[in-house]
Amino acid sequence: MNGESEQGGISHKAVDLFVAGAIMALASLVMYDSQRIGAKWAFDGPQAGYFPFYVGLIMFMASLVTFSLALVSKKSRRVFVDSARFRSVLAIFVPSAVYIGGIYLLGIYVASTIFLSFFMRVHGGYRVQTIAPVALGVPAFLFILFEKWFLVPLPKGPVEALFGY
Amino acid sequence: MAESLEALFHGFAVAMTFKNVGFMLIGILLGVLIGVLPGLGGANGVAILLPLTFSMEPTSAIIMLSCIYWGALFGGAITSVLFNIPGEPWSVATTFDGYPMARDGRAGEALTAAFTSSFFGALVAVLVITFLAPLVAKFALRFGPPEFFAVYFLTFCSFVGMSKEPPAKTVASMMLGFALAAVGLDTVTGQPRMIFGVYEMIRGFDFLIAVIGLFGIGEILLTMEEGLSFKGVSAKINARVVWQTWKELPKYWATSLRGALVGCWMGITPGGATPASFMSYGLAKRFSKDGPQFGTGKIEGVVAPETAAHAAGTSALLPMLTLGIPGSPTAAVLLGGLLIWGLQPGPLLFVEHKDFVWGLIASIYLGNIVGLIIVLTTVPWWAAILRIPFSIIGPVIIVICAIGAFTVHNAMLDVAMMLFFGVIGYAFKKLNYPLAPLVLALVLGDMAESAFRQSMIVSKGSIAIFWSNGLVGGIMGLALILLLWPLIAGAKNKLIPKRT
Repeated sequence: MNGESEQGGISHKAVDLFVAGAIMALASLVMYDSQRIGAKWAFDGPQAGYFPFYVGLIMFMASLVTFSLALVSKKSRRVFVDSARFRSVLAIFVPSAVYIGGIYLLGIYVASTIFLSFFMRVHGGYRVQTIAPVALGVPAFLFILFEKWFLVPLPKGPVEALFGY
Repeated sequence: MAESLEALFHGFAVAMTFKNVGFMLIGILLGVLIGVLPGLGGANGVAILLPLTFSMEPTSAIIMLSCIYWGALFGGAITSVLFNIPGEPWSVATTFDGYPMARDGRAGEALTAAFTSSFFGALVAVLVITFLAPLVAKFALRFGPPEFFAVYFLTFCSFVGMSKEPPAKTVASMMLGFALAAVGLDTVTGQPRMIFGVYEMIRGFDFLIAVIGLFGIGEILLTMEEGLSFKGVSAKINARVVWQTWKELPKYWATSLRGALVGCWMGITPGGATPASFMSYGLAKRFSKDGPQFGTGKIEGVVAPETAAHAAGTSALLPMLTLGIPGSPTAAVLLGGLLIWGLQPGPLLFVEHKDFVWGLIASIYLGNIVGLIIVLTTVPWWAAILRIPFSIIGPVIIVICAIGAFTVHNAMLDVAMMLFFGVIGYAFKKLNYPLAPLVLALVLGDMAESAFRQSMIVSKGSIAIFWSNGLVGGIMGLALILLLWPLIAGAKNKLIPKRT
């Protein structure tokens, strides 16, 4: 792994601390809610929060160890991900998030077509002749597979409604 | 023994129907495809396809799904050898000698060795399942809640002890899984837990969504980061190469056997296929007279990890079927499938659903034979699929993951959740948090909790019940040793300086 590049980016230590901290916060939430519903012993056995409370406790302790180890770690210059690589991660993450939002509005088939075309155009630099068969063919195949063969309805939007689905 | 054989033959009758062999073929082909593509692996591949099998008959469904798993195990080797890119984590060790062989123009030989070794590993593992599983199941019939909790405890402790990741991170990841499993209605009292007023949360977190996100989306993000461009070696396998490799392979019987045994052990105790493959490679390197030349393209260096990986992957089904405890994330997904079809895995499965169990075991034999033939004959196709650029295949995989997540409960919230788990998967992988304990805890959380609570009710709140007899005490003792293993090993290294 060559995570040692020094051209800026997010530090490994910071992310390690952040994640351990987040797990500790989550563990506190788990313990708090378990306390609320009762983590003690009722007349007929353990209460609903009994088991999760200890799960939260162990989770908190384990992350406290990770947090402390990260804090004293000497490898402070190690980079979690450098800026260039982080940009390429975002290059697929952001469109994916927009795509999932798009499924709400347009249904999965239309959203997939747009998503595939966008990605192939922007990141692959393909021409329309290459994009069209993939971006139209994949959703069409999925439509036949799910709606016709397996009879599993997937989210549909206004365009499918025009065709009576 | 004779009983097992009789049951097995009955199983072959169940598995050998025209329809089931068809599902087997489809499963293997899909599995190899999944194994070859980045971002789709055994666990999330099976998770995505699981909803499609809800309407199928359970025996056919599990035959198809388990064949996807065998296919994925075979498929991982193809990318390792031809492209130096492990398609699956357990085929990382295969790249060490497989890729140098391919570069020297011996790709056909390397692939034949890999596939044949995989097949041998699976064969040993399924023999172990055939003869050991009924015994384990019969033995486990005597288990009460404390024994079951002790076995769960052992499973999770062995993760801490065997894992290469930092123990604190393994524990945190595991507890996160338990906490997520606890969200929703409490199965005993019916009280909602940790839903914080959000009504949709009452369903809890579905582990299928978590698997698709953690392994699928997480892997895509990692692949994107590494900026993969596939530069592969072309492969030709013909009958002559296969035959010549087969003639050479028996020379490495000791390596194969050792690999198979390491694999079976690591699969049954949930070490998993990945550490098994590394361990077997390491052992082969130490014991082989060609040891120092490992890494330059030794066929033995392909035989060792592949045998172990496939043996571990296969034998992971033994604890899944007999105790209801999966030995690997993919076995966990299969277990989830059993639960959805209304089959409670565990010792009673062998009594109440004989057809199902033995049909599945017979299909492991058949599936691996079919798999070996298919991969040996179709390698060039898969290599061609790998040459499709990532800017096409990447978004297609995301679309498939989204559909897979949606179809689990027909819920859009799950698709958003999948993306969220994807981010967790990406961050956890980069920070060395292991994902397998999280998934297993999420699957087993409710069962482990109810075993614990039942034990507590029996003992009126005293944990002394876990040492109340030799059996449960022994299992707990073993578990504690494994849990403290990182400390023990650390102390040992300090006291006795390592010989080099």
